[in-house]
Amino acid sequence: MALNELNFKYKVENPQSIAKEYSHLGVVGSGDLEVLMEKKDFGGGAEVKVVTPVTGFDKVWEMVVTKFVKGNNLGDLLIEINDNNATPVVVSMRLRQALAEANKIEKGGE
Amino acid sequence: MEREVRVWDNLKRDTEERMKKVAHLVEEGKVVKAENTVALLEGVIKPGDKVNLEGNNQKQADFLAECLCEVDPKKIYDLHMVQSVVSLKSHLDVFEKGIAKKLDFSFSGPQAGRLADFVRDGKLELGAIHTYLELFGRYYADLVPKVALIVAFEADKEGNLYTGFNTEDTPIIVEATKFKQGIVIAQVNKIVDKVPRVDIPADWVDFVIQSPKNFYIEPLFTRDPGLITDTQILMGMMALKGVYAEYGVQSMNHGIGFFTAAIELMLPTYAEELGLKGKICSYFALNPHPTMIPAIESGWVKNIHCFGGELGMEKYVAARSDVFFIGPDGTLRSNRAYSQAAGHYAMDMFIGGTLQIDKYGNSSTATANRVAGFGGAPNMGCDAKGRRHSSDAWLKCGLEYGMQEALLGKMPRGKKLVVQMQETFKEKMDPAFVDELDAWKLQKNANLDIPPVMVYSDDVTHYITEEGIAYFHKCVDMKEKMAAIRAIAGYTEIGLQAKEEETMDLRKRGIVKTPEDLGIDVTRANRSMLAAKNIKELVEWSGGLYNPPARFRNW
Repeated sequence: MALNELNFKYKVENPQSIAKEYSHLGVVGSGDLEVLMEKKDFGGGAEVKVVTPVTGFDKVWEMVVTKFVKGNNLGDLLIEINDNNATPVVVSMRLRQALAEANKIEKGGE
Repeated sequence: MEREVRVWDNLKRDTEERMKKVAHLVEEGKVVKAENTVALLEGVIKPGDKVNLEGNNQKQADFLAECLCEVDPKKIYDLHMVQSVVSLKSHLDVFEKGIAKKLDFSFSGPQAGRLADFVRDGKLELGAIHTYLELFGRYYADLVPKVALIVAFEADKEGNLYTGFNTEDTPIIVEATKFKQGIVIAQVNKIVDKVPRVDIPADWVDFVIQSPKNFYIEPLFTRDPGLITDTQILMGMMALKGVYAEYGVQSMNHGIGFFTAAIELMLPTYAEELGLKGKICSYFALNPHPTMIPAIESGWVKNIHCFGGELGMEKYVAARSDVFFIGPDGTLRSNRAYSQAAGHYAMDMFIGGTLQIDKYGNSSTATANRVAGFGGAPNMGCDAKGRRHSSDAWLKCGLEYGMQEALLGKMPRGKKLVVQMQETFKEKMDPAFVDELDAWKLQKNANLDIPPVMVYSDDVTHYITEEGIAYFHKCVDMKEKMAAIRAIAGYTEIGLQAKEEETMDLRKRGIVKTPEDLGIDVTRANRSMLAAKNIKELVEWSGGLYNPPARFRNW
């Protein structure tokens, strides 16, 4: 199946990147997706790349991703989403979970 | 003065005549051989009769249903079927064959598409789609069955019936039929010398037939915890914190779906962590859901009355007589009518899933080409106006009711919580929020008087989506209700019409609460929240007493 690739770029005020250098969450199971987040020097900007088999919902993708990036003031960050027919519900939740995972500071010595 | 002599026992005379015609088919007591069933039906049923064929979303009088399809349509025709559900192929075959003509019912699951075709093609005249108590009520008014074809586990030769775990609708059907001089025919799995307990006394039963194979039961209320999604867990957490805890809901009915299964499985985990044990979920009108086992075993539940049985739960339920309603013989007696009555009048909350919600907040599971009816639980998705006793949850909900003063003046009154859960998008990006319900299309397609709405907007108190909870009852008018719907409708067309400042205002006033407003950590919404993660773990929780049907045994 041909895959649809969407790219979005953002520039928000007082951007925040993630705590980890690199983070990964989720699996590309049916109705689900994986989210990769990577700290990048984008001069404060954020970039999002979505790969999805779904066509005709580019506008919804843009809204979900925009709300997430702007709502969390994200910057200096590359987000890659590999989707397998997830609903916006699942996308929003996985993004929130991915961000929390990416901001977990590893505790050593236990 | 000459007085006209009037006959006052026509019904009885008519029945006696019919009984005489089939007397030769009776063996010992009231026993008729299975192979003589069709002849028996042809003898006791007349064209135009109202006939009740027992079956609900659990047990089915399947053998009698098949035999009814085999009667001669030249002798028996134009029957008016009055029955809880249309779920077997044979339930519609009787219309195909011209034996039956009109149908009044409550629920059709698997046959919903075919039923819609039949209505459209004029093969079937649809009376109405009912809620359960409404249909049962009509059995005692204008829909009294002349002949009832019912089902039991066991009978003795005199006709005493044991319906046991799956008593369900039998008592209410038999009483309506028999006491209005009708005829009651029972198919049973086994004819025995002595039944374990008399659920239906022999003199209310006219014929008993041992069917060639055991009657069919659908394990409709078994949900595999393995299939519960993170979104359902998130919405379950929202429900527990934003509704169960907020109102201290002690008595309730749960719908059939995965949302409530998730909630049941989070009582010993998330709800325990919130310190809610003893404060919520003590009393249920509920089928024996296997997903309730961990909560029961953890001591959450005081009392469960069951509409029907659930395959595989027999032994577990029998071993928990402090919780369930168990007869002197040691087995459960379910009763759909009583459980429905409890659901309406004794429960503070109904909570369950739906399929479609319109911009006004009406919700329905009806789709354009399926006449599905509304099943068991959604029957209770309303505020029973005859309620007069109070409870904390009921009072609090009434105090918050935005239209209370407009309707009652300064008069306190409680309100039942009617909670509908739905993700904003269903599978395949199908939006759950719509401008107009498919129920309107179905109304046209099936020529119904009104669109079949499952829960009306004025009965819903709370809508829960992954976006938030709308405390719908707090709204003062329809304009505000529509804004509350938009605020939780996510990226659907309806949700995209939400205005930022309007939504912020609703959040400020506590009419809409997002997971963040509720203080819920979304990242915790995953399967580690569930007390049992699969069917095998439910069996373990039950100490081996739960015996899941083969199709759920995947280990």
